[in-house]
Amino acid sequence: MSHAKTRVMTGNEAAAHAARLARVQVVAAYPITPQSPVVETLSEWVESGELPAEFVTVESEHSALTVCITASTVGARTFTATSANGLAYMTEQVWWAAGARLPIVMGIANRAMAAPWSVLNDQQDSMSVRDAGWVQLYCRNNQEILDTLVQAYRIAESLYVPVMVCYDGFLLSHTMMPVELPDPDTVDAFLPPYHPLTVVDPDDPRNIGPVTLADPRPDAEGVARNGYMEFRALHHRALLGALETIERVDAEYGAATGRTWGGLLWEHRLDDADVVLIAAGSLGTQLTVAADELRDEGMNVGVLGIRSYRPFPAVAARDALDGRSLALVFDKALSYGHEGPICSDIRSALQSRTGAPVVYGAICGLGGRDVSPADLADATRRAVADRAAGIVDREPDWINLHLEEDAR
Amino acid sequence: MTRITELPTDEVVLPGNRACAGCGIGIGLRAVTKALEGRLVLVNPASCLTVLGGMFPTSSVAVPWVNVAFPSTAAAAAGLAAGLRATGRADEMTVLAMAGDGGTSDIGIQALSGAAERNDDFIYVCYDNEAYMNTGTQRSGLTPRGARTTTTWTGKRENPKDVPRIMEAHGIPYLASTSAVFPTDVYDKVVKARSIEGLRYIHMSTPCPSGWQFDPKDTVTIGQLAVETGLVALYEVEDGAFRLTGRSASLARSGKRKPVADYIRMQGRFKGMAEEDIAAVQAWVDQRWAGYIARHEASAGESTGA
Repeated sequence: MSHAKTRVMTGNEAAAHAARLARVQVVAAYPITPQSPVVETLSEWVESGELPAEFVTVESEHSALTVCITASTVGARTFTATSANGLAYMTEQVWWAAGARLPIVMGIANRAMAAPWSVLNDQQDSMSVRDAGWVQLYCRNNQEILDTLVQAYRIAESLYVPVMVCYDGFLLSHTMMPVELPDPDTVDAFLPPYHPLTVVDPDDPRNIGPVTLADPRPDAEGVARNGYMEFRALHHRALLGALETIERVDAEYGAATGRTWGGLLWEHRLDDADVVLIAAGSLGTQLTVAADELRDEGMNVGVLGIRSYRPFPAVAARDALDGRSLALVFDKALSYGHEGPICSDIRSALQSRTGAPVVYGAICGLGGRDVSPADLADATRRAVADRAAGIVDREPDWINLHLEEDAR
Repeated sequence: MTRITELPTDEVVLPGNRACAGCGIGIGLRAVTKALEGRLVLVNPASCLTVLGGMFPTSSVAVPWVNVAFPSTAAAAAGLAAGLRATGRADEMTVLAMAGDGGTSDIGIQALSGAAERNDDFIYVCYDNEAYMNTGTQRSGLTPRGARTTTTWTGKRENPKDVPRIMEAHGIPYLASTSAVFPTDVYDKVVKARSIEGLRYIHMSTPCPSGWQFDPKDTVTIGQLAVETGLVALYEVEDGAFRLTGRSASLARSGKRKPVADYIRMQGRFKGMAEEDIAAVQAWVDQRWAGYIARHEASAGESTGA
């Protein structure tokens, strides 16, 4: 018998509720806009005794993730959250957490990177650490934040890889929406306790995370043990394995709560779509509004949403895009000197595929620049016209950019 | 005070490791781990100690050893302490962080200051070999004035930071300064620290034959000279009360400190150091020593009610 309750809350509150439902044991975090309310809420619950956990009020983001790393090493379920420069500051530990194969879960309230300063949303922060070996999941709304964070612990602890759950700063972190809180027993049944792989025991001493040479080396018994590259290959295998795990965990969560989020990818009116709009996060929801508007005008437009950015569901994306005429990828991030990161990944997934659509990129929403469904619909109309004109290679379309041609 | 013959004979620092001949760290590590009776988890950032510990899949020290990123030592220890508490295992082992002088006074000082302010529950040992020895003898914030390093080719111009005083300013319950070449002084301080809750900081001098450029057979002699000249002082501060210990306490009584020149002239790193620079170091040491004596006597006066 489920006792789920629905409350109106911000994305940050939804994230805090997820950590509590997951019965996290150690929380460490450092304040940064727009993430701060997550940890303020958790701190309040720890102080009041509502959440029986250790809360370590660290002096930096580097230390926040460090505390999660070693607490996770001794078998505690851990949580932290950050944004933008906070994530950049902990980058060394982002790599460490992944390489040490620790199932840490971290919320990212996506925010633009300085300089210049901006506290507003884009996705440059998490995109910049996509290669570090974490699973990265992007959310569309506050319910998905809560549900994905709970799922993230299952994914992380099944594969021993850390998971970042990314949600757009302010657009979700500070926006109130109804969120159904699953009953704690339902979550407990879904999420068994964490069993660490690492052994920290004076009676069974281990050297954890030591210097590892390039080639395999024999241990004291003469058995060859992995070199650095073998460990990295295993890590990559785990990330590839997450493609199946993310789908399965989402389905099992659906069986327990009645809600699923599409696993790796989600779609909107995609069946007969000739033009496919692609994005991650709340931008995807806006794309559905734009697609509906364009459908009303008689255009066959659908949406493919990226929920799992790492691992990248290349095969699923390829299958979803096969036979379409145009894929238009909207990125809220940029690999400077090249193009949007999701756009690059879609191109690479479709590489050398006959029947693959033409891929165009669009850059939008950097540093919180407003982008409305009407803007997205306009960008789609421009792209459809360019496609009809036979253009295959096109520079990214910068949406709502106000810059003179000769500006420097 | 424990005598050397009374130290526990159990060893977790196994014979055969990758440290340089004559390295002071091994002597200190043995005393520290004996004081904790092997019931510890060691937190170690990139440093000479990492080299001593051994490369995968081998280990030269039979304790749980958690390797961590260079700036993160104190936060890593705080996370272990929190994780052990959260999982009900806090009584099973002492969390011991052990980092070098660069890892402590330079890149690690932010995390250490944060942990000290929070009074997180672990022992932090800074083993001080006075430069980045593991990466090839670059100067650190604890390299002494006049020492040539690979980033101070004509000799460092500044005096080192006083990290124990920085730590004392945080109001932590226990801090000590010691030297690896006085293993019983190390042992007694760690035994005392073990029974105290909160952040306990121990600064341990570890002479380095390769970086200081002396014969590996002279590690103990050099380390003793550092103490006998007052360059290194053995002391502890417990709940604010300062007390010189061991050889430093006897020097305070006898007043027979040796000139720093005796110590400086034995080491290649100070080769060609100008007389006026040696005199400046002597004056700096004299001033520091006078401060130690004043604090030592003030505390002694208080404890006898004088």
